[in-house]
Amino acid sequence: MEEHHHKETFITKYIFSMDHKMIGKQFLITGMFMAVVGMIMSALFRLQLANPGKSYAILEMFLGKWAPGGVLDPSMYLALVTMHGTILVFWVLTAGLSGTFANYLIPLQIGARDMASGFLNMLSYWFFFLATVVLMWSLFVETGPASGGWTIYPPLSALPQAIAGSGTGMTLWLISIALFIVGSLLGGLNYIVTILNLRTKGMSMKRLPLTIWAILVTAILGVLSFPVLLSCALLLIFDRSFGTSFYLSDIIIGGEALHHTGGSPILFEHLFWFLGHPEVYIILLPALGITSEVIAVNSRKPIFGYKAMVGSILAIGGLSFIVWGHHMFMTGMDPFLGSVFTFTTLLIAIPSAVKVFNYLATLWRGNIQFTPAMLFAIAMVSTFITGGLTGLILGDSALDINVHDTYFVVGHFHIVMGLSAIYGMFAGVYHWYPKMYGRMMNKPLGYIHFFGTFICAYGVFFPMHFLGLAGLPRRYYTNSAFPMFDELTDINGVITFFALAGAVMQLFFLFNFFYSIFKGTRAPRNPWRSNTLEWTTPVERIHGNWPGEIPTVYRWPYDYSKPGYDEDFVSQTEPLKEGEEGEH
Amino acid sequence: MINILYILIVFLGIALLVQSTRIGELLAELNNKNVNDITDKDNDRNGIIYFIVLVLFVVFVIWQMIAWNKFLLPEAASIHGLIIDGLMSFTMNTILIVFFILTPLLAYFVLKYRGNSNKKAYYITHSNKLEVVWTVIPAIFLTGVIIYGLRTWDKAMNVDTTNAMVVEVYAKQFDWTARYSGEDNTLGYANYKLVEGPNQLGVDLNDINSHDDIVTKEIHLVKDKQILFKFRSQDVIHSAFLPHFRVQMNCVPGMITQFAFTPTKTTNEMKEEEGEDFEYILLCNKICGAAHYNMQIKVVVETQEEYDNWIAQQKILKNTLTLK
Repeated sequence: MEEHHHKETFITKYIFSMDHKMIGKQFLITGMFMAVVGMIMSALFRLQLANPGKSYAILEMFLGKWAPGGVLDPSMYLALVTMHGTILVFWVLTAGLSGTFANYLIPLQIGARDMASGFLNMLSYWFFFLATVVLMWSLFVETGPASGGWTIYPPLSALPQAIAGSGTGMTLWLISIALFIVGSLLGGLNYIVTILNLRTKGMSMKRLPLTIWAILVTAILGVLSFPVLLSCALLLIFDRSFGTSFYLSDIIIGGEALHHTGGSPILFEHLFWFLGHPEVYIILLPALGITSEVIAVNSRKPIFGYKAMVGSILAIGGLSFIVWGHHMFMTGMDPFLGSVFTFTTLLIAIPSAVKVFNYLATLWRGNIQFTPAMLFAIAMVSTFITGGLTGLILGDSALDINVHDTYFVVGHFHIVMGLSAIYGMFAGVYHWYPKMYGRMMNKPLGYIHFFGTFICAYGVFFPMHFLGLAGLPRRYYTNSAFPMFDELTDINGVITFFALAGAVMQLFFLFNFFYSIFKGTRAPRNPWRSNTLEWTTPVERIHGNWPGEIPTVYRWPYDYSKPGYDEDFVSQTEPLKEGEEGEH
Repeated sequence: MINILYILIVFLGIALLVQSTRIGELLAELNNKNVNDITDKDNDRNGIIYFIVLVLFVVFVIWQMIAWNKFLLPEAASIHGLIIDGLMSFTMNTILIVFFILTPLLAYFVLKYRGNSNKKAYYITHSNKLEVVWTVIPAIFLTGVIIYGLRTWDKAMNVDTTNAMVVEVYAKQFDWTARYSGEDNTLGYANYKLVEGPNQLGVDLNDINSHDDIVTKEIHLVKDKQILFKFRSQDVIHSAFLPHFRVQMNCVPGMITQFAFTPTKTTNEMKEEEGEDFEYILLCNKICGAAHYNMQIKVVVETQEEYDNWIAQQKILKNTLTLK
């Protein structure tokens, strides 16, 4: 490999790196930073929700004029909710999750020296980084950051007179998201091309690890749906700045009748959710892929029903494009159209159920090794069950009438999308950390982190279903304006307690992560006794991944505990014995 | 001073973590082991703890269902709402059954199949028979849910409204206004460009249908009489949510949306069931600005007689406007 002899400076190695492994880590660290920011935001607004109107010195310390006397300002509450959503959905669970593991794992698991285009890959990170800077900048503008909800429905997001955050804050939000989309498209195209073209000899599609399958479908969803969000955002920029009327019509704001006529905010909602729903699966699928891999490795068993797992990923990905209307049942859409979306939405339950049963069947009669990664992977199965089931209520247009936009929705998507994806991400970090840094993360700290997080997270999000069934709308600064919601403050207290405790638990992870980079025990080449190709590379993580030839693949990645072998794992590079099959 | 103390505590906490982590590693090294290897003891301990935590989660869910049941909305106070409630309890019971089977099953598997160095996992790659079974069963079940759901949706949305009382609900930051259509049961034409001074809804007085329109700051409905709400918004998207009736519809600037339903219980009847403090309410359920959390209008359901008395006391819009 010629690359070995390049002299690497600090800048080319750590900053403008074109090595997929470094770029993956850049995404991870940026994603972790944003996760901490998003988490602090949620802790701040949870304080307000548990004790409406109570003064907290910490609020004033963080928010200054937005929390006069330590009491959160209502418009800042909305800003925090908006930014929390934006950061977690796009920055942490899209870029932080896909960006990290797609970059890190694709070349290593398919047997390639690097991504198809290292340069585009580097650009993809730096667009993302710029987007991050712009988003962070928007936190510090005079009128506050965007505060119309992460879905930024116009006219609220289009009119600075309607809410302060729709001024400069919203402009920066839109610029930031446009940069973000450019970065994510560059990355996505690269992932697809690399997976389709650069697989090593013998690595047929039938032998791809499920992580790669999931990432491939994720990238395809992203490439098809993100451009729609980009055009959606561009039209909004036009409406805001150049006087067009794509989304605006018949509006009086601040006593002034606007000239806009003929537009419709419903158009925005259609465009937004055409991305928005696939986005849910852009977040979820990589987590499903990672957990499939981690569960198979640590059950010491082949993943049950490999083809069905691939099939269900494809089915979920395909269906995700024709269900977006279920976010809009209450917009006054034709009831017949609502019926169609109910039908397609509920169909997703079938491939999802198949996945759950296959996970359970993989654990069945396994020899489960409880690494911290495995604990998180199993937790993902649990949240996927718990949160997936409530989807049957929200996807049903008739039931949606009463739970739409209530806390029931908040509980549902935080469990099925938020927790599942975060657990998948944690599983991935604990599992591939030895590959990333050549050292092990501390196991006891990992256990504390896991059980603390798992308990607190259910304590936060499960009670929200009850708030929703009591009729409490989401995005309410306080529930004390209505006598009928007064008694719900008890539940809010429980939620806030667990939220703060859960936030503290993350310190164990952050400490473990950074401590282990420098002080962790040295990792062996294949610490989890895994079959996939990344564990055949040297611990030193060299440019080009393998020192000599790229290994050839002879079998699928899930030959664990196969009869006829002494060890309970058989690497993909092990030639087939007579009569053995390479695929299943 | 207190801040320095906090900083000190944080530093001590980090130092404590570093030292205890180091001690753990050194102790393991003394026994010629790596602290990060997964031992049989780890598997036993984690399998058992995981099992207990998952069981506790199930117990926590049951506890919430008992303790917080009182917070849930009372039975629907509208005809279509009761049909929706039927679908809701069917769906809810089904998903609870599935939840109470699958979560304990996961807990059991985690405990039962925890790893051991003497054990080898059972090698099985797939089973077409099983997979067909667990694809077909959810598919059949979902066919039922979808059919039941769509029939309910149809009953709730596609109702004959020819005899319904027409009332406009007008949303703006951050309050609601109602406009009754009067004796002709037809709302007068309105346009946002006509909003001026006391004509807050932009009603066109040249339209004869508007002449008996009545604008109010409370919504009064008649028990067992169908109502057709027409929604408009002046500025941003709002959503009219009447949780007790299972009614919700967005109010979108530039278009008119609607929802028809029939209330079945008067406010007084509900007060008898739910306590003296009970009131029906229409609240905003779509983020609309800083005071979104307090955008509400009182809703009263009463007998025809009470309603007639109330509406007679309200002023006709045309009269209030022409007085000025």
